Amino acid sequence: MKKLTIALAACAVTAFTLSPLAANAATLDNVKKRGMLVCGVSTGLPGFSNPDSKNNWSGIDVDTCRAVAAAVLGDAQKVKFTPLTAKERFTALQSGEIDMLSRNTTWTHTRDTSLGINFAGVNYYDGQGFMVMKKLGVKSAKELNGASVCLQAGTTTELNLADYFREHGMKYSPITVDTSDQTIKGFEAGRCDILTSDQSQLYSLRTKLPDPNAAMVLPEIISKEPLGPVVRQGDDQWFNIVKWVLYAQINAEEMGVTSKNAEEMKSSKNPSIARLLGGDAGAKMGIGADWALQAIKQVGNYGEMFERNVGLNTPMKIARGVNALWNKGGIQYAPPVR
Amino acid sequence: MRGEFKEIVAFAPPASTTGAIGWLRQNLLSSPFNVLMTIFSAYLILKLVPPVLDWAVFSADFIGKDQSACTSGGACWVFIGARLDLFIYGFYPFDQYWRVNWMFALLAFTFVPQFFDAFPYKKLFGLIALIVVPVVAYVLLLGGSFGLQPVDTNKWGGLMLTLVLAYVGIVAALPIGVILALGRQSKMPVIRTICICFIELWRGVPLISVLFMASVMLPLFLPEGMNFNKLLRALIGIVMFQSAYMAEVVRGGLQAIPRGQSEAASALGLSYWKSMGLVVLPQALKLVIPGIVNTFIALFKDTTLVLIIGLLDILASVQSAIVDPAWRQVSTEGYVFAAFSFWVFCFGISRYSQALERKLHTGHKR
Repeated sequence: MKKLTIALAACAVTAFTLSPLAANAATLDNVKKRGMLVCGVSTGLPGFSNPDSKNNWSGIDVDTCRAVAAAVLGDAQKVKFTPLTAKERFTALQSGEIDMLSRNTTWTHTRDTSLGINFAGVNYYDGQGFMVMKKLGVKSAKELNGASVCLQAGTTTELNLADYFREHGMKYSPITVDTSDQTIKGFEAGRCDILTSDQSQLYSLRTKLPDPNAAMVLPEIISKEPLGPVVRQGDDQWFNIVKWVLYAQINAEEMGVTSKNAEEMKSSKNPSIARLLGGDAGAKMGIGADWALQAIKQVGNYGEMFERNVGLNTPMKIARGVNALWNKGGIQYAPPVR
Repeated sequence: MRGEFKEIVAFAPPASTTGAIGWLRQNLLSSPFNVLMTIFSAYLILKLVPPVLDWAVFSADFIGKDQSACTSGGACWVFIGARLDLFIYGFYPFDQYWRVNWMFALLAFTFVPQFFDAFPYKKLFGLIALIVVPVVAYVLLLGGSFGLQPVDTNKWGGLMLTLVLAYVGIVAALPIGVILALGRQSKMPVIRTICICFIELWRGVPLISVLFMASVMLPLFLPEGMNFNKLLRALIGIVMFQSAYMAEVVRGGLQAIPRGQSEAASALGLSYWKSMGLVVLPQALKLVIPGIVNTFIALFKDTTLVLIIGLLDILASVQSAIVDPAWRQVSTEGYVFAAFSFWVFCFGISRYSQALERKLHTGHKR
């Protein structure tokens, strides 16, 4: 019996240590062979990855996947979306079940260094914020002493909130519920004065109110939540591709290349545009020369992707804010393609 | 003097014991406690029913395409209508819906006759439902052969996925459960030990942890390139789990059959399988119909647990649709719809089992 236990334990350990290594086989080759990119998304997060009214996956995280598929396979539709819960997302990536993870995942030190994964950039800078009813007359989070706060249980939101109130010497009474639609119901019914969550989610929750304009999101952001696509560690070629597809979209916005004019801009006199849309950048990563052209033509530049999914003309109505380009007051910045 | 026989007309029963008044007195007002209960219940009904009816029917919106149609303040059933495709078919390609519809039709076609005693060829329909339908549904839904366009299982969802999970669970768990129950009572020590280990292992862990192991841990142990389908993993987990429960239900029935039955069978020269199949099992299974159906209903409802491993069954697809910012708060409507769908199926299963019990009733009930 003892021998059997040891043998089993040995098997388990070997399987554990081997599988991340084994998973390092070239992802690009697998994707090309399959003719399909497998991308992990959420099971339903408005603006990021959610089934739209025609039952297609849509959102900014979904478009990030589609752009990679367009760059690698030449067709933004060749993506297989695998909905993942928060708990299983990293395993799915580590085990090779998915090629990339684009699921509203915060880039943190622990995740980056200890899970065998790499963050390939930031497609949305988020942060925890507060929403209040306008009639309360609150203009800043510093005036919230003694407030009751609706929040979702079991998230880092709880910790950030406690830190923030302690730091400013204020008191609050938490009203913890299980799901996001319960938080907004509690907020609407007046069970709490403020609602806290990631800002992007506050905007989508606000649309659930009978009169969305009666509530406002306060300017203070109390945590940093950079969200972006994730790949397995140890496959640098694939890491580079995912990273540079996102950079190409950001660069395209900066240079005024859009999904509509990408084809004409190919013959642009501006050398950096020509390098982005033609050139040998693709060849260096082992993909076609038209990688960026396809990604931009089929999915759009970063700005288009943002506006289509979460921008001011969508129900989410999120302003660019910190997600504007670096030369327009934000912090989205991409290294040059050359 | 000889009087003629004259019938004395019986007095009518007191007015207070007949008709509506009698019924009221007997059923609602028979004792002070019952009077109190009646008043309390009437108060509850008056308090609860009109607002619910008002919300769900009278001031609800039924017609329209989007949020703008929901103006009257009641339930916004427009939302359910607009997203019904997602709730029924998941992400199945629009032009291939007919395949799912055929599966629904096949299920209905083979199961509905079972409710009517007079229907001819009921047994044949039943056999088709248990053996042919799963095969046809597999070919039809997955595609890839007979010129059907392949549809990957990650596009399956909604009610269709719920039915697939529940149906496979039910069809596979009963035979496996019967075999396990027989194995557990076997005189052969190896078989008995294996069956006991299997049953106790699966019964000792919650389904949620089985699903979680299947979706989170299993892939880590498999070599690269061996990713077998998530839906298949969940299905295997559900079948293993439910057959362990089924085995115990069936064992309860086996133990209720007197020893004399199997002894008589072997005295007649019947082999083990014949005595089980012809004498013991028919009696045992009939006894435990309520237990079996109980397990089936629990299984049907347990399929919602697959939402924790990212399979969008009917409940999970409702959940992913109610957060859509294009709609105001529609979570109540969504959950009511999901609950109603489950109720329809579970109630159907339970009615069928009652009919079956009545039909197979041979005086064993007390």
